[in-house]
Amino acid sequence: MNALAIIGEVLVFIGTFFYFLSALGLIRMPDVYNRMQTSTKSATLGSLGVIVGVGIWAIGKGYSPAWIVQTVAVAGFLLLTNPISAHALIRAAYKRGIPLWHGSVVDKYGEHLASKAQAEEAEGETSETSEGVSE
Amino acid sequence: MIEVNIYLALIAIATLLSTYRVFRGPTTVDRLVAVDIMTTITTGLMVLFALYYGRMIYISVAFVYALLAFGGVIAFARYLEGGL
Repeated sequence: MNALAIIGEVLVFIGTFFYFLSALGLIRMPDVYNRMQTSTKSATLGSLGVIVGVGIWAIGKGYSPAWIVQTVAVAGFLLLTNPISAHALIRAAYKRGIPLWHGSVVDKYGEHLASKAQAEEAEGETSETSEGVSE
Repeated sequence: MIEVNIYLALIAIATLLSTYRVFRGPTTVDRLVAVDIMTTITTGLMVLFALYYGRMIYISVAFVYALLAFGGVIAFARYLEGGL
């Protein structure tokens, strides 16, 4: 019983420490993309640690086993939804035209958009020429 | 006697740093990312309070809070993208 409480307490400490690290990345990083990158991942890991740790700690304190079920449900929900919301936010940032930091070297989404526009342009040209031939 | 809890202290520091980014952030998306982190931290805080008060029903409150925060962030992201 007591060993479970100690394991849960250690997990909760790791989780809160990752919360602190995510907030540190939030104020330390230079632009919005880097801030999202550092803060969202570590906050997800930290909440996983806190929530599952609370479940194990409650079992160690002698509460009912329903605690671990509920906490694992909340942790799984956060694990599923947190990356989705971060992805939606950062795509909104990109589409609003917020510039990348001057030290950033890779812009895969920009390359993808450029190649798609180029492909559409080429397709339009070929369709125009084919129409000209048919006429 | 004042009892200092290390977990609550770390959560408080993290929330204060996020609040700094909310007030300071140069763009709207910066502030929204900071608010998203704060909602995630608040979900963990609610689960921790459930343990401190010994009431399992508070975990359900945290679940509903996470659900509503997710919906709100998605709605704000769609609005900023221009396609709500």
